[in-house]
Amino acid sequence: MTNGFTGTLAIKGIVLIIAALLLFAPFLFQDVRSIEVAARICIFIVLVASFDLLIGYTGIVSFAHTMFFGFGAYGAAILLKQMGPGWTPVLLGALAGVAVSLVMAVAIGLLSLRVKAIFFAMITLAAASVVLVLASQLSQFTGGEDGITYKAPDLFKPATKLLSDADGKVLRLFDVRLNGKLASYYFVFLSCLVLFVLMLRFTGSPLGTVLKAIRENEARAEAIGYRVVAYRTFVFCLSATIASLAGTIYAVWLKYTGPDTSLSFAIMIDILLMVVIGGMGTMWGAVIGAVLLVMAQYYLRDLMGAAAEAVASVPLLPELLNPDRWLFWLGIIFILLVYFFPKGIAGTVMARDRTT
Amino acid sequence: MEQLSNILGRMGGVNLLPVALAAVAFVLIGAPSSWVTLTVAGLAMGMMVFLMASGLSLVFGLMDVLNFGHSAFVSFGAFVAATVLAGLSGWLGAESIALEALALALAFLAAILFGLVAGWFFETVIIRPVYRDHLRQILITMGAMIVAEQTILAFWGGTPYAVPRPHFLEGAWIIGDVSIEIYRGFAFALGLLVFIAMVLVLNRTRIGLLVRAGVEDREMVEALGFRVDRLFIGVFMAGSALAALGGAMWAGYETLITPALGGELMIVVFIVVIIGGLGSVEGTLLGAILVGLMSNYLGFLAPKLALASNMVLMVAILLWRPNGLRPAVK
Repeated sequence: MTNGFTGTLAIKGIVLIIAALLLFAPFLFQDVRSIEVAARICIFIVLVASFDLLIGYTGIVSFAHTMFFGFGAYGAAILLKQMGPGWTPVLLGALAGVAVSLVMAVAIGLLSLRVKAIFFAMITLAAASVVLVLASQLSQFTGGEDGITYKAPDLFKPATKLLSDADGKVLRLFDVRLNGKLASYYFVFLSCLVLFVLMLRFTGSPLGTVLKAIRENEARAEAIGYRVVAYRTFVFCLSATIASLAGTIYAVWLKYTGPDTSLSFAIMIDILLMVVIGGMGTMWGAVIGAVLLVMAQYYLRDLMGAAAEAVASVPLLPELLNPDRWLFWLGIIFILLVYFFPKGIAGTVMARDRTT
Repeated sequence: MEQLSNILGRMGGVNLLPVALAAVAFVLIGAPSSWVTLTVAGLAMGMMVFLMASGLSLVFGLMDVLNFGHSAFVSFGAFVAATVLAGLSGWLGAESIALEALALALAFLAAILFGLVAGWFFETVIIRPVYRDHLRQILITMGAMIVAEQTILAFWGGTPYAVPRPHFLEGAWIIGDVSIEIYRGFAFALGLLVFIAMVLVLNRTRIGLLVRAGVEDREMVEALGFRVDRLFIGVFMAGSALAALGGAMWAGYETLITPALGGELMIVVFIVVIIGGLGSVEGTLLGAILVGLMSNYLGFLAPKLALASNMVLMVAILLWRPNGLRPAVK
């Protein structure tokens, strides 16, 4: 019986608070950096949740998630650059990204069906690295290492007035200008919300239950009559589609796309860390992991810089506390988490329900 | 058709693939001198990749452990050897071949020793708790790789590190209009030596017999009273040492190394292991030579294609033989 306050409730409460904070972020935190962080959090929640569909719900380890993210981002970026700002290139880019992602997902899926499941991780890693190299080499399309800078649709220009007062100036609501930047943030927030709710609905559906069954006992799921291979390929395609859409949204928000913002292996590691820290196998975990890690990326470095100065006289320690070495510490935390709390934060807290 | 495949099978079957590849490349390239240079380069690269990949393959075959952190040994081997060589730069400048060779041997030895110790640490601390759990294995070894890469960054910094090379390995032999870089010949010879030693150990010693039996059926060997887990630590350490040696040789080959080296080579190593068939030393050698030759030929014939060549090779071979060219019997 529930005794009023359970772990699941606590996690859901935290997620609700995060959602509320993100919803009112432009009004609560008015500096540019905070909005940047909030938008990044929104997009990474979707990206991490779609990765969780694979690793947490179905038990597939893929290292090609940034590849799909990159397809979406580059699709929108290339078309926005070629066709100029507008909604058509964004839509076409999103479609093109999804189409390429689907083709690649099916190809990888079919290829790796022929080999042992454990090869999947290796093959996706190889595919992602080839795409990364191609993106930096085919510079006439992708801008190479420098990436592409372009303009977003007119609605999102900082000079756009959503509402103007009697003098023709931008109307202010609670001291916040209702300009294109605000519209841009809410475009990110709402699209991410829609994608996230879709995924949440999906995991609650009978289909989601089948996936969990496959993760728990593949042979048994097959014996009951579910075609494991078909379900695996389907969820891989679904997750690729969502990652690609998240990439398009990120490209529209950043107005810049390059290997470092969309394709690089560093982002793949971030996603992996977020999923494991937040908790595999629950959508809520993705939210918590993404929030913690993005915040850490932006604010932990400052803290580490201060710590490095404090221990400047000790040998080696300042080197390890250098703000650039933050991944070192995250890597250690990651290993310890996989050992001791394989369910991550959300999973561990929610598991307390069953024992009490 | 059947007759043809019989004849091919008697002549070596899949082992002929590199020869066929070289023959096709000879026709396409046209100039014999460039072909020889490229072939030697491909063989040398293949041998170095083989050293890095063989340990990974055996470890998987024996214990079903997939180590995504294997590349850490490669990078560490490269940096340890480079540091030793830089520390002994006095010997390298002494114009005495004996001293230079000694410095090189010490550098390789340091890399091997480091590989042994790091392999032991890695196996007991990182991998032992997650035997038989592939998902957590992949995650944990990935985490270990991140930590290792960051450690290298903390020790050696992110800027490219210049590797001094002994003078007697500099330059090239010139035979007619064919020029062969000496270091490539050296790498090929050393790799071949290690391969022969490995085959001898695996096929002619009692330990090798146990390892091969373990790859084929671990439970049965355990049931006969042998401690496969102890054997496994040994194989893991040897594999790590070989990876470190491969990294050290690669460092001398590239002469300018960055901490990203391990990660870049890891992709090649994975492709080689998948092509060759996990768990088989001969298969790994075959895969490594194929990949080495392919990337060198294509790098000359169509540089744009070379980027994806390994991937294409892997896809083609997997479509033909899903378990790799020479899989260990399972």
